[in-house]
Amino acid sequence: MPRPRAPSILPLRVDGVGIEIGGVPRLCDLRFELRAGPCSVILGPNGAGKSLTLRICHGLLAPSRGSVRWLGPGAARATLEQAMVLQRPVLLRRRVAANLDYPLGVRGVPAEERRERVRATLERAGLSQLAERSARALSVGEQQRVALARAWVTDPQVLWLDEPASSLDPGATRALEETIRAIRSAGTKLVMTTHDLAQARRLADEVLFLHRGRILEQTPADAFFDAPSSPEARAFLKGELLP
Amino acid sequence: MADLVAAFGSAFGLVIGLDPDLLEIVALSLEVSFAALLPAALIGVPLGAVVAVARFPGRRAAIAVLNLGLALPAVVVGLGVYLLLSRSGPLGSLGLLFTPTALVIGQTVLVTPLLAALSRQVFEEHWAEYEETLRSLGAGRVRAVATLVFEARHSLATTLLAGFGRAITEVGVAIIVGGNIQHATRVMTTAITLETSRGDLPLALGLGLVLLAVSLGVNALAQLAQETLRRAEA
Repeated sequence: MPRPRAPSILPLRVDGVGIEIGGVPRLCDLRFELRAGPCSVILGPNGAGKSLTLRICHGLLAPSRGSVRWLGPGAARATLEQAMVLQRPVLLRRRVAANLDYPLGVRGVPAEERRERVRATLERAGLSQLAERSARALSVGEQQRVALARAWVTDPQVLWLDEPASSLDPGATRALEETIRAIRSAGTKLVMTTHDLAQARRLADEVLFLHRGRILEQTPADAFFDAPSSPEARAFLKGELLP
Repeated sequence: MADLVAAFGSAFGLVIGLDPDLLEIVALSLEVSFAALLPAALIGVPLGAVVAVARFPGRRAAIAVLNLGLALPAVVVGLGVYLLLSRSGPLGSLGLLFTPTALVIGQTVLVTPLLAALSRQVFEEHWAEYEETLRSLGAGRVRAVATLVFEARHSLATTLLAGFGRAITEVGVAIIVGGNIQHATRVMTTAITLETSRGDLPLALGLGLVLLAVSLGVNALAQLAQETLRRAEA
């Protein structure tokens, strides 16, 4: 069921972004560019500002300073070409299939095509047997996978994942990462946050290392895990507790 | 003491024997309160949603005013509607005072702010939970609010039942704008007031029992709605 892709919204340029929350600076002068293709992992300890960065890039939060701009030819449709899975996903009080149907309805997809796409996405995500279950009654791991499928059903150009496996056991994490890989091979740009080094090694093509509200480096994954250029990242990789 | 026992006895007799006077009063009470609940819900719930979701200057003040609805004195509402509908009032020419329509208007005015205040709380809690998700899924404001109504349906059902309970148990509005006229505007609460002061305890007690049963029924329904919700999510 390949559909012709809309013109690309990427790259994304983040320029001098900063934000204060309750008067406390949480992000400071972020500058980076996200290109189509590689899976970008925003890595850093808890409280570094990973989640804020993601929400600002996705457009859920307005930065206090700086700009977030889509530079691709399809930039005008940027909102509808993205999807996000929150750290604690909120599913709608309806059946699983209806949860996947919702973003398609928002985008004005005709009913018959919607049914087919929901069915196909549930199958690709290995969730077909849950289609008729009520979404809120599922386990945490299942809800996380349904949220991922709901983000996938619109075939977004960019998918933001905020700590996608933070509260899952190894089995559920494996199932989730399988779907994440499938989404990447289908051509979606993935940007995810994690504080889990092992997960970053498994999924990252490039790493943006975030520490205390600053991006300290943006490095291809192999090079980063071999020899990170910032002392903070070296300490983080060695498992030291960062100040 | 014997009088009291006798009164209870004849009260049960009236209820079980489906006394026509008693039935008429009960029926009018139910009719009026349902008729008031409908417009109150159509105005109050959207108002609550707007105040919960929209950001505008003076919003905190609006919430403070809205919360007055939680403790609006029925007699004051009755007085206000009385002034509005009385012969010399702005709507006096309609001749509505002391009619069932006046009762419906009065109870609508009483219940609308209550529903607005209660549903604002419901919507605000749900909005805090759903806002980022709905925006991320691409929903615009209007669709987001419509989705919120659906997502909050169980809590809103409870809110409506609370509004109905308020309407059917209040006495201030009914006595002032209805006037407790037999076969016209006599509802359960005004009848109880009158019959008690006249000393006709059996009828007052009988009506009291029915009113209690209605309130109990409303609460049972509310609890059922909550439990359905919990079972659906367990």
